[in-house]
Amino acid sequence: MKAAGFLLLLSGWALVVAALTLLPAAGTRVIFLLAGLGVELLGLVLAFRSHLTPKEDRA
Amino acid sequence: MTETGIALAIACLLIAPLAGAGLAVINTGLGRGRNAAHSMMAALCVVSVAAGMYFICGRAFQGFSGGHGFVILAGGKPWDWMGAEPWFFRGVTTAEPLLAAWFGMIAAGLAGLIPVGAGAERWRLGAILASTALLAAVTFPLFAHWAWGGGFLTQLGVNYGLGRGYLDAGGSGPIHAVGGITALAVTWIIGARRGKYSSEGMPMAIPGHNAVLVLSGCMLAFAGWLGLNAAGALLFAHVEPGRVPLIAVNTLLAASGAALASALITKIRFTKPDASLTANGWVAGLVASSAGCAFIAPAEALIVGLVAGALVPFAVELLDLRLEVDDPGGAISVHAVGGIWGMLAVGIFGRFEAGDAGQMLAQTVAVATIVGFVLPLAYGLNRALDRVIGQRVRVDGEVQGMDLYELGAGAYPEFTTHTDDYR
Repeated sequence: MKAAGFLLLLSGWALVVAALTLLPAAGTRVIFLLAGLGVELLGLVLAFRSHLTPKEDRA
Repeated sequence: MTETGIALAIACLLIAPLAGAGLAVINTGLGRGRNAAHSMMAALCVVSVAAGMYFICGRAFQGFSGGHGFVILAGGKPWDWMGAEPWFFRGVTTAEPLLAAWFGMIAAGLAGLIPVGAGAERWRLGAILASTALLAAVTFPLFAHWAWGGGFLTQLGVNYGLGRGYLDAGGSGPIHAVGGITALAVTWIIGARRGKYSSEGMPMAIPGHNAVLVLSGCMLAFAGWLGLNAAGALLFAHVEPGRVPLIAVNTLLAASGAALASALITKIRFTKPDASLTANGWVAGLVASSAGCAFIAPAEALIVGLVAGALVPFAVELLDLRLEVDDPGGAISVHAVGGIWGMLAVGIFGRFEAGDAGQMLAQTVAVATIVGFVLPLAYGLNRALDRVIGQRVRVDGEVQGMDLYELGAGAYPEFTTHTDDYR
C-alpha cells in the first residue's frame, strides 16, 4: 500500500505535467490538472494510511 | 540591480539568519528539557552542513535565471529541469550572484532546520546531518531552480501563458513547503516517540519544556523573516527597493493575524489560548506571507495570515490524533500546510497586470509538484539513508534523553533530569 501511495503521487504529478504539454485548450487543461491533483490526493491518503500502526503491533 | 538594491539586499541578508535562530529556539522549547542541548546542537550543525553542501553543489543545481541548465524539449517548448552551473561557487564573483548564493546558503539551512523540529527527541545527530546534506544538495536546489533559477515552474508563463509563471518572493515553496514535506517523510520513517501513542492508538500530550523560549523564538524569527522576504523579493522577484516597506508591513500583518487566529481558535476550543499553538500560528503566518509579500495589499496579507493561523490548530490535531504523525515541533502543520497555503494565496490575491488570469493555475502546478514529486523524492532519499545508517536513536537513548546519550551532558545540569515518564 505504501508503494502504491507514492506511485499515485508521482502519477498525479505526471498527469499535471502531461496536461500542460499535451493539451493546448484551457478547459481540458484545467480538467486534467484537477484530475492530477485528485490522483495525488488519493496517493496522499494511501501514504498516510500505510503509515498508521497496525492494531496488532500496538501492544 | 541598482546600487541601492544591492545595499538593501545586503542589509536584509545580515538579519535573515535570525529566522533560523528563531526556529532553532522554538524547536528546543517545544521539546523536553533532556533533549534541549541536542536540539540546539543539531540546529547549529544543520546550518553548517547546509551551507557546506549548498557551496559544494547546491548552488550549481539551483542555477539562476538565464544561466546554464539541463533543458529538454516537450511539445516544442523548452523545459528547464536542473541548473548546470560550476560547483564550488566557481564563477560567482560579482555582487548579484554572490548575494543570491548567500541567500541560498541561509535558505538551505532554514529548510534543513524544519525537519529537526518534527524528528525531535528520537532522531540521531548523525542521521540529521546526513539527511540535511541530501536536502541541501538535492531536494532544495532542485525546487529552488524551478522556482527561482529559471526552471520549468517559472517558464509556465512564457511557455503556456499561465500568468507570470510560478511566483514566490520569499520562499513559501522552496524553503518551507519543501522543508515541511521533508519533515513529513522523516516522521514517517523514524516513527513516533516512545510512549506517544497508547496501545489503543490514543495520543499522549507531551508538553514542551519552555514556553518562554518558544515565544521569544517567534520574535527572533520575525526579525529574520523581514530580511528573508525582502532579500528574496529583491533578488528573485526583482522588485524595486521602494517595495521593501510594503513587504515588511505585509510580513508583520500576516504573522499578527495568524497568531491572533490561532489564539482565538484555541481559546474557543480549549477555553484558554494555547501558547505553543499560538506560537506555531505566528510562524505559519510568517511562512504563508513569504510567497506573496511583494505582490499583495496589506489587507490581503492580513487575510492570508488569519487563514494560516486558523489552519494550524486543525492541522496539528489532524496529524496528531487521526494520522498518528508525531511532530513535536509542529513543523508539518506550520511549514508544509502554511507554505502550500502561501503559494496558493499568490494566485488568489496577487495583483498583476491584465492577462494574468492563469496565475492561480501556475501556483497550483507548483503545489502539485511539491506533493507529487518532492514528497516521494524526500521519502526515497531518507528511506535509503535509513537503510544505510539507521536514522532513529536506540531505545535507551530515547529513555535517557538525547543530551546525555549523544552529547554526554545535559542542557540544564543544575536541575534534576527526569527519566522517561511516558513509558
